[in-house]
Amino acid sequence: MNTLIYTSALGLLCMLAEMANLRKLILPIAVAGLCVIFGLNVTDWGKNGAYYHNMVVTDNFSVAFSGLLLLLGIFITLLAGNFYKNEESKISDYLAIIIFTLCGALALVSFGNLAMFFLGIEVLSISLYILAGSKKKDVRSNEAGMKYFLMGSFASGILLFGVALIYGETGSFDLGAISNYASATHPSVLFYAGAGMILISMLFKVSAAPFHFWAPDVYEGSPTLTTAMMATIAKIAAFAAFYRLFSHAFISVFPPYAWVFTAVTALTITIGNFTALNQDSFKRMLAFSGISHAGYLMLGIISLYGKTDNAIFFYSFAYGISSMAAFAIAIVVAMNLGSEKIEAFNGLGKRKPFLAAALTIAMLSMAGIPPLAGFFGKYYIFSEAIRNGHLWITVVAVINSIVSVYYYMKVVLAMYTKDSVETAFTLKPAYSFVIGFCILLLFLAGIFPGLLTGLL
Amino acid sequence: MMNVMLSIFSVVPIQYYIFISAVLFCIGVLGVLFRRNAIIIFMSVELMLNSVNLLLVAFSAYHNDASGQVFVFFVMAVAAAEVAVGLSILVTIYRNVHSVDIDELKSLKH
Repeated sequence: MNTLIYTSALGLLCMLAEMANLRKLILPIAVAGLCVIFGLNVTDWGKNGAYYHNMVVTDNFSVAFSGLLLLLGIFITLLAGNFYKNEESKISDYLAIIIFTLCGALALVSFGNLAMFFLGIEVLSISLYILAGSKKKDVRSNEAGMKYFLMGSFASGILLFGVALIYGETGSFDLGAISNYASATHPSVLFYAGAGMILISMLFKVSAAPFHFWAPDVYEGSPTLTTAMMATIAKIAAFAAFYRLFSHAFISVFPPYAWVFTAVTALTITIGNFTALNQDSFKRMLAFSGISHAGYLMLGIISLYGKTDNAIFFYSFAYGISSMAAFAIAIVVAMNLGSEKIEAFNGLGKRKPFLAAALTIAMLSMAGIPPLAGFFGKYYIFSEAIRNGHLWITVVAVINSIVSVYYYMKVVLAMYTKDSVETAFTLKPAYSFVIGFCILLLFLAGIFPGLLTGLL
Repeated sequence: MMNVMLSIFSVVPIQYYIFISAVLFCIGVLGVLFRRNAIIIFMSVELMLNSVNLLLVAFSAYHNDASGQVFVFFVMAVAAAEVAVGLSILVTIYRNVHSVDIDELKSLKH
């Protein structure tokens, strides 16, 4: 609850700091502010509460996900300083929008009412539309912004119609009231139609098949830092909201829709992995890998009855941190070589052993190789799925997980076995710090998974 | 105001409102899917959102509960913010491409 208020205040402060001639100080203020908010968020642990007529709910689920999102937000803010160095006069706008995106994400993990859920989704999306189209002179960025905007507002329209139908049936926007209504009576077709429309729009937002087609274009065209936000903060927040919504309000509509969930999961994992196999752009490959990771996270949602929030949190942590490391390295390489193709990584092993080793670890974690966090993430989510009786879909996921090793290793091979032209290569300390910290976290969560598994 | 709305509801059954909203919503969806002019697509999205507003107000009066009408204000505010951002993205595109036809946008690999 306080986390959301303080983050919004920090966003406003960043926006206004420009007027007070504090441009040089904005970045340190934003990072320090987010670190303080992270600390305050941790002190909310174990305190359950509902505020403003159950609009915002604080529980361990929301605190854990808020912590993860704030951590990713701190990383993004650290990277933003150097990423926008050519547009120094606009840095306060960029930072403010980044922090407002974070506000939307925080609202999405702690809502108790569909109004708050809608506002969270919209604050997150509208900020991201702006960031996706923020390279005004670059047609690719314009195009990414436009595609994201059209897809996002279309999905919002579907979401709202679903919300309106649910309201018409139950007479309330409150998650608890909706759940009580659905378990006490036999909901009519309006309720199922509404839940189905909300489901479709959530599949759009998390880029699950068959609603994933926008993701590769948008990820490729957007500025890389924005892509990193979409792949980490937006996706994790959307999954947390997805879980919260279906476990708190729509648990009773689950049986009729179970086959939809299963089919979507199988389709998402398979399409994501097999399309990633022959991509030559690193960002596009990560976009398809992000789609397949959305599929693995869907495995946690289909086994919802078994209370899989901890497995989803662990997987989100592993995926978010390793993506963040991979995108940070992609930004460094693109800044120095001006290319986002996989060829740009050729010979990185000789020129920058630290970056190459870090990217190798991030890729291994995404592929799910022990002893990294990604392995335990997959292990928990697969074992939860088996425990809840989804055997064949887990087999599909495991086979796909083996396939994915091929394209992750393609980058690693390019770095270590191919030669490249010698160019000057600069690496800013903020980038080394973020990359190093991510790698440290991946090892920590991989070697001591107990730190995170008993959390929720 | 509420009394007037309730008296209208005693004349027009709720099903009619659901049907008209669903029809408006479908027109919006079809507009998004089949029109190629970005401005018309924006208008179609607005039509989708406004059909939702109509539905929410109708249900709000039907349930005699004000929260549906408050939600409409949220939807209107968000729609305004959304369309402001959308139009500014459209302006940057028009400056670079000199067209608002979304089929012209194919610089990214499909």
